[in-house]
Amino acid sequence: MNDDNSFWSWDHAIAAFPDILEKFLTVTLVVTIIGSIIAAILGLVIALGRRTAPRPVAAVITLLMNFVRMTPLVVQLLFAYYVFTTVPPIVLGTIIIGIHYATYMAEVYRAGIDAVPPGQWEATTALSMSPGRTWTAVIIPQALRSTLPALANYVISMFKDTPFLMVITVVEMVRQAQLYGSKNFRFVEAIIIAGLIYLVASLLSSLLARRLEKRLEYTTA
Amino acid sequence: MTENFEALWRALPQLVDGVLITLQLTAGGALLAIVVAIGLGLLARFENVFLRGIARTIIELFRGTSLLVQLFFFFFVLPLPPFEIEMPAVFTGILALGLNYGAYGAEVVRGSINSVPAGQWEATTALSLSRTHRMWRVIFPQAWALMLPSLNNLLIQLLKGTAVVYLITIVDLTAELNKLRVQTDVYFAYGLGLLIYFAIAYLLTLGMNALETRAKHRLGQGGKWRDSITTTPVPDMKGAGQAA
Amino acid sequence: MNTPPLDTHTGAITLDDGEMPAILFDKVEKRFGDHVVLHDLDFTVRRGDRVTLIGPSGSGKTTILRLVMTLEEANDGYILIDGKPLTHYSRDGKRVELKEKHKNEMRKRIGMVFQQFNLFPNMTVIENIIEAPVHVLGLSKKDALARGRALLEKVGLPDKENAHPTQLSGGQQQRVAIARALAMEPEILLLDEVTSALDPEVVGEVLNILRDVARETDVTMLIVTHEMQFARDVSNRVLMFDSGRIVEEGKPEDIFSNPQEQRTRDFLSAVL
Repeated sequence: MNDDNSFWSWDHAIAAFPDILEKFLTVTLVVTIIGSIIAAILGLVIALGRRTAPRPVAAVITLLMNFVRMTPLVVQLLFAYYVFTTVPPIVLGTIIIGIHYATYMAEVYRAGIDAVPPGQWEATTALSMSPGRTWTAVIIPQALRSTLPALANYVISMFKDTPFLMVITVVEMVRQAQLYGSKNFRFVEAIIIAGLIYLVASLLSSLLARRLEKRLEYTTA
Repeated sequence: MTENFEALWRALPQLVDGVLITLQLTAGGALLAIVVAIGLGLLARFENVFLRGIARTIIELFRGTSLLVQLFFFFFVLPLPPFEIEMPAVFTGILALGLNYGAYGAEVVRGSINSVPAGQWEATTALSLSRTHRMWRVIFPQAWALMLPSLNNLLIQLLKGTAVVYLITIVDLTAELNKLRVQTDVYFAYGLGLLIYFAIAYLLTLGMNALETRAKHRLGQGGKWRDSITTTPVPDMKGAGQAA
Repeated sequence: MNTPPLDTHTGAITLDDGEMPAILFDKVEKRFGDHVVLHDLDFTVRRGDRVTLIGPSGSGKTTILRLVMTLEEANDGYILIDGKPLTHYSRDGKRVELKEKHKNEMRKRIGMVFQQFNLFPNMTVIENIIEAPVHVLGLSKKDALARGRALLEKVGLPDKENAHPTQLSGGQQQRVAIARALAMEPEILLLDEVTSALDPEVVGEVLNILRDVARETDVTMLIVTHEMQFARDVSNRVLMFDSGRIVEEGKPEDIFSNPQEQRTRDFLSAVL
């Protein structure tokens, strides 16, 4: 696929860079941020639903959750794309990836809520606190302490899964690199640039995530 | 509806082929991943800074870049000079899947080994067991039971990751589903596809749960065999099998 | 307790009366971060001695055992086992670390029983016991099994050979741990609060085994325990520690019935 014999050409690297960076900012980051918000909220709804709904309803929610969680994002994207033909692919992709990751986050919430000591629940009963207050003032703050690092890790994971959106014609970084490659018959620079942007972004966010984890540890009673 | 089933019947041979390719990718990828995971996981614990650095670099490289970047790199760039490696697309898929998930697995392996209680390490010192011997006979067997839940999560993710290889011309289950959609309809084709993937994932989880129960039995920790029949691989709090 | 300077290559030294001490601490210093646990510590244990270290927690007694077992390394000073340096020696006035190979050889002569037993959960009782004799001492499996079974008999668990550690009670597990340590036929046996994690009813069975060991073998024993009666029965020397220093030492009869130092008196009146 190369038109000359050199492995790396700085000219091509510089030429490919701007478009790829643009896709990073306008597509990859946007999808990740909005998708994470959807996932975090929907995940909490699922977790609370499983816990508080009557047994049969909770069982159905669990089954659906597991079904989405254990089946490929790619197939879910394709399914949505061909059903909701009027919705712009990037919007569809963001929603689907948000739903997919909501199922992961629901599990994290569940584990975090389970980890709150039973004594806390008993104390709220002894004080006759309402369910609303129990959740918002006592349980969720404590559950969040252990769930936030795991949630952060899933956000980073979603970030690295955004290329899957290319199967429904969304042009994100990797697809942009591929487009550059097929137009100019030079693929090496483009894909390496895309990879480097992912790598740098990942390492930075991992460092931030780890710092967040340390910060949360210090504030434990 | 019946036309759908007729179309399905006609497409069945190809569909089965697709499933087989998906299973090949999953099995091959998993095998490579576990080798990479244990190799890098142990290497990352060496005292030699150089070796540890190599392990760290490889782990961060494959965890930090996306699966698709790696897939495309191996598919498009490897055949070029200076590498000039040509291989069947399926091998490329297995390579990318194995290295990517193996890097995540390395963190799981490393974390599990570190989780083995300090007293066990101290007992091996008190008995003067050599480093290799204690890892082989005492530490790793105990770490194995600890790492299985997270490895289970990774295995399911690997299975899901195979669905994207059709982009590098591999005719896996998803590729066949795309064809089936044309002959039937969206709901039927992808609905069926999701069910097939779910069934495979469920069976894999059963297998891993059985492995975990067996590992726990060997450590004298009970656990009923009945408990291994669940859908959920155990969630890992830190997302250890996942990102970062 | 005069210790001649350790300026020879092998660092071998002898006591005044010509006998090499089993354990010798020479100006040993051990810090954990900023916290100094042992400072300028000198003490000796002769071969065949049964020495009990008593004192409040944090006084450094367990650290001494862990230093001998090479679970920790001293920041300064020298530890000699049977006259030979354990981890460091002195050459031309400098403190030099010994190679791993040497440390491994030294380590084989020392055994330890832990408060938390630390039996290997992935092996049966007999496998726990023969693991090190076979792979470290090079015994044949047959010989190791014979040795192991004899020891199991001695600790009163001959029928538990193929049991899993998790199937045994705490007292039984600790007895297996003792058998495991003795299977290496160590010259020095370190006992780190071996009954502190046991239910009161089973403390006796473990201590009786150790009394038997003391009576029937001549292994040097260094013991950290709160069981004062046991210390009285088994030891020929008792050392009272506080804040990393030896406050008082003497024969058990003297220390327990007639302590000279106030600190010792305070400690004993609190625990007895």
